[in-house]
Amino acid sequence: MLDKVTKQKLVVIGNGMAGIRTVEALLERAPDLYDITVFGSEPYGNYNRILLSPVLAGEKTVDDIMLNTVDWYEDNNITLRKGETISMIDRRTCEVVTDAGDRVPYDRLLIATGSNPIMLPLPGKDLQGVIGFRDIYDVDRMIKASTDYRNAVVIGGGLLGLEAANGLMKRGMNVTVVHLLDTLMERQLDPVAGGLLRKSLEERGMVFKMPAQTQAILGEERVTGVRFGDGTELAADLVVMAVGIRPNFELAKKAGLYCERGIVVSDTMQTYDGRIYAVGECVQHRRQTYGLVAPLFDQAKVCANHLAMKGFATYDGSVTSTKLKVTGIDLFSAGDFSPGPDKEEIVLQDANRGVYKRIILKDKKIVGAVLYGDTIDGPWYFQHLRDGTDVSHMRERLVFGAANLGEGGVSGQNSVAAMSDETEICGCNGVCKGAIVKAISEKKLFTLDDVRAHTKASSSCGSCTGLVEQVLAFTLGGDYSAAPKVKPLCKCTDHSHDDVRRVIVEQQLKTIPAVMRFMEWKTLNGCHSCRPALNYYLLATWPGEYRDDQQSRFINERVHANIQKDGTYSVVPRMWGGVTTPSELRAIADVAEKFNIPTVKVTGGQRIDLLGVKKEDLPAVWADLNDAGMVSGHAYAKGLRTVKTCVGSEWCRFGTQDSTGLGVRLEKFMWGSWTPAKVKLGVSGCPRNCAEATCKDVGVVCVDSGYEIHFAGAAGLHIKGTEFLTKVETEDETLEVIVALTQLYREEGWYLERMYKWCDRVGLEQIRKRVVDDVANRKALFARFAYSQQFAQTDPWAERASHGVDRNEFAPLAELELA
Amino acid sequence: MTNWIEIGALDDIPRLGSRVVRTPGGNIAVFRTESDEVFALDDRCPHKGGPLSQGIVHNKRVTCPLHNFVIELASGQAVAPDEGCTHTHPAKVENGVVWLSVRQAAAVS
Ligand SMILES: Cc1cc2nc3c(=O)[nH]c(=O)nc-3n(C[C@H](O)[C@H](O)[C@H](O)COP(=O)(O)OP(=O)(O)OC[C@H]3O[C@@H](n4cnc5c(N)ncnc54)[C@H](O)[C@@H]3O)c2cc1C
Ligand code: SF4
Ligand code: SF4
Ligand code: FES
Repeated sequence: MLDKVTKQKLVVIGNGMAGIRTVEALLERAPDLYDITVFGSEPYGNYNRILLSPVLAGEKTVDDIMLNTVDWYEDNNITLRKGETISMIDRRTCEVVTDAGDRVPYDRLLIATGSNPIMLPLPGKDLQGVIGFRDIYDVDRMIKASTDYRNAVVIGGGLLGLEAANGLMKRGMNVTVVHLLDTLMERQLDPVAGGLLRKSLEERGMVFKMPAQTQAILGEERVTGVRFGDGTELAADLVVMAVGIRPNFELAKKAGLYCERGIVVSDTMQTYDGRIYAVGECVQHRRQTYGLVAPLFDQAKVCANHLAMKGFATYDGSVTSTKLKVTGIDLFSAGDFSPGPDKEEIVLQDANRGVYKRIILKDKKIVGAVLYGDTIDGPWYFQHLRDGTDVSHMRERLVFGAANLGEGGVSGQNSVAAMSDETEICGCNGVCKGAIVKAISEKKLFTLDDVRAHTKASSSCGSCTGLVEQVLAFTLGGDYSAAPKVKPLCKCTDHSHDDVRRVIVEQQLKTIPAVMRFMEWKTLNGCHSCRPALNYYLLATWPGEYRDDQQSRFINERVHANIQKDGTYSVVPRMWGGVTTPSELRAIADVAEKFNIPTVKVTGGQRIDLLGVKKEDLPAVWADLNDAGMVSGHAYAKGLRTVKTCVGSEWCRFGTQDSTGLGVRLEKFMWGSWTPAKVKLGVSGCPRNCAEATCKDVGVVCVDSGYEIHFAGAAGLHIKGTEFLTKVETEDETLEVIVALTQLYREEGWYLERMYKWCDRVGLEQIRKRVVDDVANRKALFARFAYSQQFAQTDPWAERASHGVDRNEFAPLAELELA
Repeated sequence: MTNWIEIGALDDIPRLGSRVVRTPGGNIAVFRTESDEVFALDDRCPHKGGPLSQGIVHNKRVTCPLHNFVIELASGQAVAPDEGCTHTHPAKVENGVVWLSVRQAAAVS
């Protein structure tokens, strides 16, 4: 293991949202690479700055908005130096200097200093009671003022100013908002929506003075009033300046880094000095600066990738959307909505309902949207805006939103907002949207895990996780930006999947209790999440040595059949490459009749499913199938499932290679292997792709000159086409690459992480390097897979049907006549 | 009054596992913990009737195989935040033999 001495030193300046999001993402990708020190001027851990507005409004407390407490830094071996400001970067010696004169060396430096509120250079700006709105300190002072004084003036009618004004009003102050222009939030709203907003805020008691220019702030020691350009004056005990922010790049500039309106960075978030990175509001990227968290989080991801030395990601800029966080006011704005000759507008105004919608189109695409009163479709428009969807076919009905277009359902990314409460989100557990929303609001749920625990949604097959997350995001609004922590394997431990896998190898741990003891598990025997994971990790690490622990297997893998909702099972025999014979079909028919099996169904993976088999009948059913030469199809396994093929060159007039034969060969070689999550293959005989190979975990598309190998596709609730891995010329090479790829996944995937998620996490290039480019490594992977197969390829059905394995599992312990 | 019935040998139930006892009133799941304690519950999850005997046993709890309710073996109570309760039956081990006393209430449900 790397220790502190040999590790590279990463110093982070700025303990705010962008900086710490970068650190979190870095820990996910490369937890042990750096020795990390974070400097932050503020005397806290990291908190969610966005939620200062609800804190000011009394809807949340400071504790509620903490994202990373001091413990988090300790747990992750990060040195947090809170309350310390960096006053100089010495690039010559690669050190930062604190305001107390302490020098700290760095190998890499991350600047995330955020921005400062602009304080207008007015006479009186330094009086007591004149403040900006940026941090907890400001909020504390505002709350204090609201108990001691009555009159507040907020300068600036933008997002920040209105949220400040709303908060102060909620705290009982008389608030006047002064704005230079005649439209509120003019950067996000058009005059109509701005007018509607003003009206509803006025109804709540807010006073506006606009257009108006502030000329001076009056008072001796503490502010007493404000004077305007027209000579009028207004009494004030508190003045909040919310006229904008200025990227905080003084420090970088003094160090000689190139700055314009912010610290100029490349697409990899590097400054002109390659050892120094910058993210957040302090940077300027492709001439843009940003003041919202979403783009900063995109930057953080790219930066972390680079710091983790997985330098393939680049940042291409972001389009942003805004929501005003004033409870009871629904306002959404995105993109560009200034009128222009080449633009078209669709406007809907319903004064009775207080609804206003304006969608701006250019070249058949949405370029901007302003919604007031009914913002439910905001994310949906925003999605189309970002994707650049051609919307001409739905132009007429566009303004009525997603629900009216019948969009939604399986692939509708942002359709949750438009779903009715009865819409089922989790098909497995029958949980509808209304139930999730209710649980989130009533029980104050904040994370995916909370929702899983309380509603069961997304706790089974997990394919609805994305939707549940969207429901969370939509229900919580701006609140759901809480960063994911480095994920522990489950609640029984603080260690991540990667930690556990590494320690199993390093410490030669060979049983589940040994792992739990060594890694100080918090529970006695773990739980239903970690035990199957550990069982898999041990099995994959120590083939032939580790004894599979049946009691740590989910029931389906323990009894080699799939449990159904009534407690019966389904049985799927293997059909190599989807090819069968009359005698196999006859045997299946006989079995179905003999055991009164209620349903016989063809599966999506080209085989036959016998549903509704009683548990005690399983061994006998298998015995009959075995007699006809059939073995388990592992339809229940986190392992190799099906290899779907087309008929290829043997029959098809377009076929270029023997796709069926290749599929059968792959299946015969790979069956029986256990993997982190299920693995499905497909082989198509030509690019017409009748076997749908390009949405499988691994797919082969045959062409005249050879075999294209694809992987990391998905076709469940997530639909994702495969990534192209490589092209080879022979069947042998195809087999070698696919087997090596699968072995790498077996060795590195997290339990239950599908191949496409693994690829997302590790990166396509990394995988290609080790499976395709590095031939020696490929051969080594192949050899390890082949070795482990000799222990894996025994038919579990035969063992149980004829060799008495696990006999107890299938018979009752006793039958009692009298109860 | 407890009416004990002998149902089999402790060794016939796997550690951290379970076996089923058939009764006219429905199946009863008999669980064995790591430290060889036994517990008996109706083999019906309070959620949607899932067969608890097929779940993963950990400490003195079992996780239902259908939707992951976690049930306390001693009380039959679902672990919060889940709610619900499964009938328990007295069970004990003496000299490697497992004894069960079926509580009539089971037959009713
Ligand atoms: C009231 C309010 C409401 C907001 N609402 C929204 C919203 O609804 N949606 C949205 O997307 N965005 C919102 N934002 C903007 C969002 O909070 C910022 O975009 C985001 O916090 C910027 O992150 P950052 O890491 O760049 O800067 P920050 O989070 O400001 O972090 C910078 C940190 O660096 C520290 N620092 C600076 N210089 C030094 C130094 N020399 N040495 C040590 N430490 C230093 C600062 O003290 C600060 O803690 C809101 C902001 C505010 C203030
Ligand atoms: S079979 Fe699959 S898609 Fe259908 S309900 Fe079950 S998990 Fe969902
Ligand atoms: S994928 Fe090509 S070869 Fe295979 S069946 Fe379709 S058309 Fe024929
Ligand atoms: S039936 Fe047991 S958790 Fe649903």
